[in-house]
Amino acid sequence: MTDVLNPVGENSTDVPEYPMARAAGCPFDPPPELRTKQEAGPLAKVRLWDGSMPWLVTRYADQRALLADPRVSADITRPGYPSSAPIRPGSSSISFILMDDPEHARLRRMVTAPFTIKRVEAMRPTVQKIVDDLIDDVLAGPKPVDLVEAFALPVPSLVICQLLGVPYSDHDFFQENSKTIIKRDASPDDRTAALSRLAAYLDDLVGAKLENPGDDLLSRLAERVTAGKLSRQAAAQMGVLLLIAGHETTANMIALGTLALLENPDQLAVLRESDDPKLIAGAVEELLRYLHITHNGRRRVALEDIEIAGHVIRAGDGLIMPNDIGNRDPEAFPEPDRLDLTRDARHHVAFGFGVHQCLGQPLARMELQVVYGKLYRRIPTLRLAEDLSQIPFKHDGSVYGVYRLPVTW
Amino acid sequence: MKVTIDQDKCVASGQCVTAAAEVFDQRDEDGIVVLLNANPPVELAADVRQAAVVCPALAITVDE
Repeated sequence: MTDVLNPVGENSTDVPEYPMARAAGCPFDPPPELRTKQEAGPLAKVRLWDGSMPWLVTRYADQRALLADPRVSADITRPGYPSSAPIRPGSSSISFILMDDPEHARLRRMVTAPFTIKRVEAMRPTVQKIVDDLIDDVLAGPKPVDLVEAFALPVPSLVICQLLGVPYSDHDFFQENSKTIIKRDASPDDRTAALSRLAAYLDDLVGAKLENPGDDLLSRLAERVTAGKLSRQAAAQMGVLLLIAGHETTANMIALGTLALLENPDQLAVLRESDDPKLIAGAVEELLRYLHITHNGRRRVALEDIEIAGHVIRAGDGLIMPNDIGNRDPEAFPEPDRLDLTRDARHHVAFGFGVHQCLGQPLARMELQVVYGKLYRRIPTLRLAEDLSQIPFKHDGSVYGVYRLPVTW
Repeated sequence: MKVTIDQDKCVASGQCVTAAAEVFDQRDEDGIVVLLNANPPVELAADVRQAAVVCPALAITVDE
């Protein structure tokens, strides 16, 4: 087997840069060039910021197969790993999501307990209260209002702070640093500095929990530090990861999801007119599939030669599996560009696949079910306060969304 | 229908519980899958198949 279907040579100047730009006026759709690559074949070469040329895996079935394949590695320190930005040795950004088993599994299992379905369901009334209170504040405040600042960002931030044991009063500090870390074009120095500030902050918190443990995840990690099973630095790194991942992604899903619904009034009506938890849960899955806010692609490196769709990926080759195009693969989702809240979209790859699949997905799903189930029923006349063309999108972020969403009612 | 699970592979995503709570549960301490019924009745077959499909770690095997 050879790569005959991809006659692009290693030195070709035809290799497109990745990530690719979305089309102006199509803020919810993947970049057109990604679509072209998907239609052309299962694999394509792309060029990264450092000149390296990993494989782009375009199809849903191949993405899932490779993400679950033990012959691929998530270890960012391996040669050939297609890194999205420069990573410094010893960087505090290297968490278990960028490691392989068995160390990945050992560390991940230390933080899975609060994310079981039972524990997440037990948090649902708390989340409902947070959401209701914030909607009360929005309704009592001036209009128009920026839904990102007034609602989309506070909901998941309040939830993850409570779960981790981080004081919400520090939200300006950690949201600001988190913003820098996920900005695609942030300089390595700025990103490293922001990571260091957050790592130092979490290290202080872990230290405080060592003295005075509470009923939260950081306290459970502090116990592992005391027991000698985890270094204090690793505990702080896990805290950084969970704090960032816990609020950025869900916040963007709330704001971008609301915008997508406002642009699709027939679909918004589906949510506004139903209080059926099954329908709302299904709508959340479809919005996750359709919006794919983590649009940087899952990154891996092949450990062995792997044959896929008639091609051979060589050991040491980088692999990028973009969920935005995987979730719009017509083989997996008929009429993939149609937002249809009643379709079965449960098998999407918005949270990735394989052993690294998003740890916080049960919590994210529950938060989104509460938000999407409440917001439009409580503010039925919700509408954009500016033209769609005025909305600033996060084209430069590793998490996609909107910087602000001015709404009125 | 016979269901088997691999607890060593499981990454505690809980997706099996969401799909078929009568058949799968999670350990409280780390979320690892627990099999409640290895021979689920036919009316649960579709849910169990979905649990196997959405399991990110491929830790569920279904023999029909």
